[in-house]
Amino acid sequence: MPRPMTMAEKILARHAHLDEVVPGQLIECDLDLVLSNDITAPIAIKTFGELGADRVFDPTRICLVPDHYAPNKDIKSAEQTKCVRDFARAQGITHYWEVGCMGIEHALLPEQGVVVPGDLIIGADSHTCTYGGIGAFATGVGSTDAGVGYATGRAWFKVPRTLRFVIDGELPRYSSAKDVILHIIGKIGVDGALYAAMEFAGSTVEAMSVEGRLTIANMAIEAGGKAGLFEVDDKTRAYYAGTAERPIVEYHPDPDAEYAQVYHIDAADIVPCVSWPHLPSNTRPVAESRDVDIDQAVIGSCTNGRIEDMRAAADVLRGRRVDPWVRCIVIPATQAVWKQCVDEGLMDVFIDAGCAVSTPTCGPCLGGYMGVLADGERCISTTNRNFVGRMGAKTSEVYLANPAVAAASAVAGHIALPSDLD
Amino acid sequence: MQLRGTVHRFGRDVDTDVIIPARYLNTSDPAELAKHCMEDIDADFVARVKPGDIIVAEENFGCGSSREHAPVAIKASGVSCVIAKSFARIFYRNSINVGLPIMECPEAVDAISAGDVVDVDADAGVIRDETTGAQFQAQPFPPFIQQIIADGGLVEHTRRQLAQKRGE
Ligand code: SF4
Repeated sequence: MPRPMTMAEKILARHAHLDEVVPGQLIECDLDLVLSNDITAPIAIKTFGELGADRVFDPTRICLVPDHYAPNKDIKSAEQTKCVRDFARAQGITHYWEVGCMGIEHALLPEQGVVVPGDLIIGADSHTCTYGGIGAFATGVGSTDAGVGYATGRAWFKVPRTLRFVIDGELPRYSSAKDVILHIIGKIGVDGALYAAMEFAGSTVEAMSVEGRLTIANMAIEAGGKAGLFEVDDKTRAYYAGTAERPIVEYHPDPDAEYAQVYHIDAADIVPCVSWPHLPSNTRPVAESRDVDIDQAVIGSCTNGRIEDMRAAADVLRGRRVDPWVRCIVIPATQAVWKQCVDEGLMDVFIDAGCAVSTPTCGPCLGGYMGVLADGERCISTTNRNFVGRMGAKTSEVYLANPAVAAASAVAGHIALPSDLD
Repeated sequence: MQLRGTVHRFGRDVDTDVIIPARYLNTSDPAELAKHCMEDIDADFVARVKPGDIIVAEENFGCGSSREHAPVAIKASGVSCVIAKSFARIFYRNSINVGLPIMECPEAVDAISAGDVVDVDADAGVIRDETTGAQFQAQPFPPFIQQIIADGGLVEHTRRQLAQKRGE
């Protein structure tokens, strides 16, 4: 009998062809997918060249998503996306998305059934951990690891310890998955899960949509985590009905698995909150943040750019107008989300409210384009990082929040709850 | 792999910005980077360090950014091995990927002084302080990691593997 294991340990053991693994152990694993984007792929492609490799290990298992500066914002980014596109063509890579089909990678790949539960994935992007939301072990790496991954389909790992977060009960009004993860990061700090896998469980996450779980797993890295994992359940199975490219493999933690620490959280304590500049752990209740006037609101990103997020924002904006001194930028994360917004009439809501709606892109999230901040400007954003200068000028400020709060703040002109608008 | 050299000691949380300041990141040439290694924490480190020397540090060595330049700078400065109580996650990964031997051994860190001559059997994880005669056991790396380090890093290691596969 192998030792009882956590989800992370089980997925890693299987991919290393071992019966069991223990935290701290160094193992070599077969990878299901290797991802990169328009910023990181060019460096990985260079590494690939240095290896003397001529073919990728499997052209169906590499995902290249030009999403950060695409549609190309300038000549430099055009050169970068061209490098990626040329490589994709030359290697016959099947998972390359041109502008018009493209979406933000971490929203796009689960939506299209490209990443599936049970996968072991590395990505040259720190938010690769998002796929833990559907029960995959996925983690961000450097471009060297990605380039070697292209060539070999393999990578080495140090088995992380696992922290378990059990969240039970019902979330307060206007509180969402985003608030759950901001609350946790506020509690344990930006290094609270350093080098660890985070496993999420409890009645609150069971009741949560798959999209909400993706939001939580997405920000595991903001607590220093290597991965954030959710068990596969009926909701996950339904999410993948008809879309999964490969068979789903379910890994459930053993009841007597060893955790480095177990946290019990009462959902009732998770009030809608914002992370103040300049750390995601700097969380305060929205109710204590009303004095903050804002210049811009961004609703989108790999954290909160899915249809559920668009609906939450539209519910607040319906029949209202954005404050005349606020720019409200809405970015559906994928083409499918965009179309769904049209079909459900959400586009009308956004446009009537005075929002600018953009084609899918990371854009403002990393201070790239489509909403860069000037000195001293303040932005409420549904993204995941509020580091110094993240969205623009060094003295600009980013406040992280959920989509309903961001929308309400856009209308109010200062950080606000939807109920403040009544 | 046998390593031997004089010890340079550092404290805890030595971050990647002091290992190689960002102002020098406009090059990736190892020799250039080595000229500024540790400059902001120990101005004459570069003048003192000799090939084979060993860095001994407290907890969380290499915290901060993900720049691979940090282990590259250390390796190119001549340092043969870093022994610390613990390493930051990305630095740990990058060190192996660039072929810089590293070891976690709190007991050795507590016992070894600056200036001691230490020899290390990286394959067996044995650290011996020649100055005091004390010996310590660190967890050795599994053979595949030792091979990555011995080959000079992940890129060179993979290059060799691929060449072997093609029968070159
Ligand atoms: S939306 Fe932001 S956090 Fe997500 S992948 Fe793009 S740049 Fe990174």
